[in-house]
Amino acid sequence: MSMAAGLETLHYNFTGTQAVGAFAPVLVGVVGSGNLEVLLEPSPGPACRFEVQTSARGFGNIWEAVLRDFHSRHPLAGVVVAIHDMGATPAVVSLRLAQAAAALP
Amino acid sequence: MNGALPGRISYAECSARERIARLFDAGSFREWLPPAMRVMSPHLAQLGVPAAFDDGVAIGEARLADRRVFVGAQEGEFMGGGVGEVHGAKLVGLFKRALRDRPDAVLLLAESGGVRLHEANAGLIAVSEVMRALLDTRAADIPVIVLIGGANGCFGGMGIVARCADQLVISDIGRLAMSGPEVIEASHGVEEFDSRDRALVWRTTGGKHRFLVGDCDQLVEDDVQAFRDAAVRALDASRPLTLQSLQDEHAVLTQRLRAGEGAEDAIDLWEGLGIAHARAVPHMNAEQVRTLRQESVA
Amino acid sequence: MKWTEVAAQLFGSEHAIRADGEFLSGSATFDGQAVAVVGSTNHAPIGYALALRQAEVVLDTIDRHPGRAIFLLIDTQGQQLRRHDELLGINRAMAHLGCCIDLARRRGHRVIGLVYDQALSGGFITSGLIADACDALPEAEIRVMRIPAMARVTKLSEDVLTALSESNPVFAPGVQNYLRMGGVRALWQADLPAGLRDALAHAAIDDRRAIDGRARGGRLLAATVVEQVLAA
Repeated sequence: MSMAAGLETLHYNFTGTQAVGAFAPVLVGVVGSGNLEVLLEPSPGPACRFEVQTSARGFGNIWEAVLRDFHSRHPLAGVVVAIHDMGATPAVVSLRLAQAAAALP
Repeated sequence: MNGALPGRISYAECSARERIARLFDAGSFREWLPPAMRVMSPHLAQLGVPAAFDDGVAIGEARLADRRVFVGAQEGEFMGGGVGEVHGAKLVGLFKRALRDRPDAVLLLAESGGVRLHEANAGLIAVSEVMRALLDTRAADIPVIVLIGGANGCFGGMGIVARCADQLVISDIGRLAMSGPEVIEASHGVEEFDSRDRALVWRTTGGKHRFLVGDCDQLVEDDVQAFRDAAVRALDASRPLTLQSLQDEHAVLTQRLRAGEGAEDAIDLWEGLGIAHARAVPHMNAEQVRTLRQESVA
Repeated sequence: MKWTEVAAQLFGSEHAIRADGEFLSGSATFDGQAVAVVGSTNHAPIGYALALRQAEVVLDTIDRHPGRAIFLLIDTQGQQLRRHDELLGINRAMAHLGCCIDLARRRGHRVIGLVYDQALSGGFITSGLIADACDALPEAEIRVMRIPAMARVTKLSEDVLTALSESNPVFAPGVQNYLRMGGVRALWQADLPAGLRDALAHAAIDDRRAIDGRARGGRLLAATVVEQVLAA
């Protein structure tokens, strides 16, 4: 976890079972107040990596819970999920992640 | 031909990417510097603001009624659509590429507060560079069409950039101006401009007003299909900038200054310009306002 | 420096530049050539009417004096912040001024802008910033917006913005900074005629500001992003 003048960067790694293979990057959402954008890209290996950059600091535990919950329902493998967040609620985060997953081939 | 879906879809409620997807021929958009390339702002992290993968603007080429066009769509929800160094450079690149590749037109889906204040100086220079690049494109006889219909309107330096284009399409809920009402109110008080008086804001800066006085060429409803149809109509309505055209423009603007002398409100200005039924305009829909302009303005 | 002093140093005592309120216009002779002069003084706010007055000088120059250089004297507190100007369409008036200057340039008129006191965004974005060159006196100040207004719009505190204005090139208002970012072409030192002479002779006719900003180290991404778009 690192902080840079207000922005918090968080990293999470989960091992997935649902290999996605190659795909064109998927972008959902917009970086606006209470919103976030999520970029899914293929990545070598079995991991599903999350890289979160957020202006709402101190919610690492909640991020972990939300992402773990998402990954339990979408156990993606070989994917990196990059997020730019501006204070979205867990419900909105979950929504965007679900939208992103739905856009995968 | 393919394009937008049947039924009304609010242009204002669409994101920039949704507008691109719905306005242009289905699947025809090819993006340059897509999000995965991460061409982002270097200036936001120091202010604790997250960057956007596309720095708030998507650029590329597409087909519109099978015509080859270049597109730039600003995302109003990111930093109010404000132009920063990278965002501006993407638009400059779009225009420079148009000079080289000569599409049928460049379409700018504008939604912006103008200079991105978080990037201050870099943003100001960027907007200026966009203006120069747009005028270069027009001078090469490539039409530039601006669509305005986002919730954030088209303000600041982008309000000027928009008026450098050949053709402007605006919706009745769109807004086009320079300084936002809040800035004016903060500067000179609520008596000068009550920014919470929505009816006043729209009479002063909204699409119906701008269309009626001729600042915009087409007025549409807040509907993606209407914007698409208007954009197609605008493709062949380009006007070169000549000494004569600028002298004509000068005469129009001078006459407006006189007609607006002492005007307290838009209604006074419309009356001063000889527009009939001025008092009823705020209650008219887009179609009625289009008819009114046809009847009133030479 | 007052505009009268700038004019005296550049053109001597026999020039025909006059102030009508905050509006400057007229002509002068420089190195044996007639020069059209237009601009503002007293940190003028540029409203609809003043933008039109400036445009008129430019149009008149194009129409009646082909090839004559145009010199913009810039001192402005920015755009006029009045509802009446927005109602009339100040953005259209400013765009008109910009288009007139752009046409003048394409018709072979050299257009040189000089920020001799201060300039805030809307006040010179369609004059100085659309000229062949926007130069400045070293003591001049260029800002996007005053800090209190910026704080209100960005929701960043005035303290944060003040600190940034001192240390950060993106926020600092000094012309040295704009020079480094490519926004200003050159600063004129004590010999003002040499400054104008250099501008007339060497200002590019295409927009080189992004390239300058990269070469000078003040704005590293813009030119590269443009190149990336062209290569995409």
